[in-house]
Amino acid sequence: MNGFVAPEVAWGALSPVLVVLGAAVLGVLVEAFAPPAARRIVQPLLALAAVAGALVAVALLWGDVERTGGTVVLGGSVVLDGPALVTQGVVALLALLSLLVLADRSRAGQGAIAPLVAAVPGSETERLARRRGLVQTEVYPLVLFATGGMLVFPAAGDLLTLFVALEVLSLPLYLLSGTARERRLLSQEASLKYFLLGAFASALLLFGIVLLYGYAGSLRYADIAAATADPSALDALLVLGAVLVLVGLLFKVGAVPFHSWTPDVYQGAPTPITGFMAACTKVAALGALLRFAYVVVPGLEWDLAPMLWAVAIVTMVGGTVVAAVQSDVKRMLAYSSIAHAGFLLTGVVALDELGVGAVLFYGLVYGVATIGAFGVVAMVRQSGPGDAGDLEATDLAQWNGLARRHPLLALAFAVFLLSFAGIPLTAGFLGKFGVFSAAVAGGAWPLALVGVLTSAAAAYFYVRVIVRMYFTGGAGTGDEAPVATADDAAATQDLAPAGGVPGGAAAAESAGGRLPVTPDARGVTTTGPSPAAAAGAPAGATTAVLDAPPAPSGAVRAAGPVRAVTSGPAAVAVGLCLVATVLVGVLPQPVLDLVGRVAVFLP
Amino acid sequence: MNPTNYLVLASVLFTLGAMTVLLRRNAVIAFMGVELMLNASNLALVHLSRHHGDLQGQVLAFFVMVVAAAEVVVGLAIIVAIFKTRRSASVDDADLLKG
Repeated sequence: MNGFVAPEVAWGALSPVLVVLGAAVLGVLVEAFAPPAARRIVQPLLALAAVAGALVAVALLWGDVERTGGTVVLGGSVVLDGPALVTQGVVALLALLSLLVLADRSRAGQGAIAPLVAAVPGSETERLARRRGLVQTEVYPLVLFATGGMLVFPAAGDLLTLFVALEVLSLPLYLLSGTARERRLLSQEASLKYFLLGAFASALLLFGIVLLYGYAGSLRYADIAAATADPSALDALLVLGAVLVLVGLLFKVGAVPFHSWTPDVYQGAPTPITGFMAACTKVAALGALLRFAYVVVPGLEWDLAPMLWAVAIVTMVGGTVVAAVQSDVKRMLAYSSIAHAGFLLTGVVALDELGVGAVLFYGLVYGVATIGAFGVVAMVRQSGPGDAGDLEATDLAQWNGLARRHPLLALAFAVFLLSFAGIPLTAGFLGKFGVFSAAVAGGAWPLALVGVLTSAAAAYFYVRVIVRMYFTGGAGTGDEAPVATADDAAATQDLAPAGGVPGGAAAAESAGGRLPVTPDARGVTTTGPSPAAAAGAPAGATTAVLDAPPAPSGAVRAAGPVRAVTSGPAAVAVGLCLVATVLVGVLPQPVLDLVGRVAVFLP
Repeated sequence: MNPTNYLVLASVLFTLGAMTVLLRRNAVIAFMGVELMLNASNLALVHLSRHHGDLQGQVLAFFVMVVAAAEVVVGLAIIVAIFKTRRSASVDDADLLKG
């Protein structure tokens, strides 16, 4: 009567996912039972340990996958082959780095996350929560759930797993983008926009899945790929379904007709979360997109290639052109990440064997530089009005002359920007070289041409920021920024202490120690304009800042002196990203070999 | 009854949902449009599952219901938070981020 047979499950192959999701569930329990003071310490450590555990699990599985080509788990629902494993490793590594940035707190004990996310911005409840020093530690389990979804996403072997993984990675991100401590209104708005557009895109993906199921009669990738081989009367279902699924995936990647959420969400979300989304989501979505393009629909190349080509070209050109006119550093990085999605897509569109390894390598390189860049953005702060604490200085005008006060920070940011631009001797160059040569080998040379041209154009706005940091600021730059008046006063007063800043990467990476910031930060508090004075100062100093959306309390965002604030972890993360970017740029061969040996999909 | 009728009905419902998301201003209504899209997909899945004589479609329909429930929790939390702040759930009022 009971014919049920328990399925064989290769638990070992699922271990990276299980570690992360198990720790996420544990994190929810910690949230429920541990006292607040303990949570503040336990949650970040638990999250870091989980992601590190996933990384170890990936390393343990590596030899096996390299030897056998991969494992099919649960009858094909999850396929753990080389590309899936590489993507999982990259996602886990990038999640580790972003968790370090997220765990960072300022001197006043404030992180990037609001003390009480549910409180109405500007209300008495929020002020009380801030005074009591509450911390919303739920973000760590949420990040872990999102990471778990991202680990499954590229390994999904059927459309059901794909859909569920997409939702598991998206839902926590919708919430996380609404948790920023500063500019609560923008953060909530980002959350709403991301949610509505994300839900719309996943509904489109689901309908695409329905149409593919209607065509093939199965949700398994392998069966659908087999069904595409023989033509039938239902070809319209197949093409429409594949297009809708691709739209859903391209939305997550942030490619141009489906990118409208990216700049708003990246700007409104807390900066460490922005780094996490920009790096991990993009890599995971590209892993899923690669598998879909290479395994499910290679037979549809003639039908889908025009669409993918158009998307790749529009993405590269659109992202680059709009990024060039941004004045907010987070928004500029958001558009630059759109342009990078285009470069990555050229490798996907190539449908060439070289493409898989090249895209995975580029994903790693891009992700490391992105988390580093957003880590720097999270650390560059000014003092806000009243008890608001330190606020991020995201207006590019405020970055003038940063190199003079924080040489290491500016150096790190410059290296990340050069890596984005694809300058030789940085990792970004090899990433771009890889995807463009794959595109040429796959016969998509026009894409490579557009990619090279837009990269050259993109170098303009990356280098412009470097010029700002190194060669602008100080006296005689009134044309650059009205905001610089208050800033410059502080900068000139800072010159003397900044001269004595200790050098050496060791200083930046020393755990617990702030960046070599303390001397000039102290100088500022005594000699620079106090926040209250700046808020009350005549418009000259604050106009540019006022153009930015108002702070929730309606208070003026004071143009306090810009300085770097960190309690250690973010500096470590930025240092690691810097070392990785330079090291991979100079000695790429081991990484390329490692990725290249396993970059073959199981059918 | 002609089996394609179910697919046509599902497509019509899906399109109505998509139009709701794109045209209505109230965030709650727009969200209802998303739910309509998901449920239109469910209808098509159940029908196709019967048509193919295969259970995978019905299993997916159950998963979609669970996912939709989770999405309601997250979505309404976000919409309520933004309503408490602004006393408005209109997506046109949320226009601080631009450029």
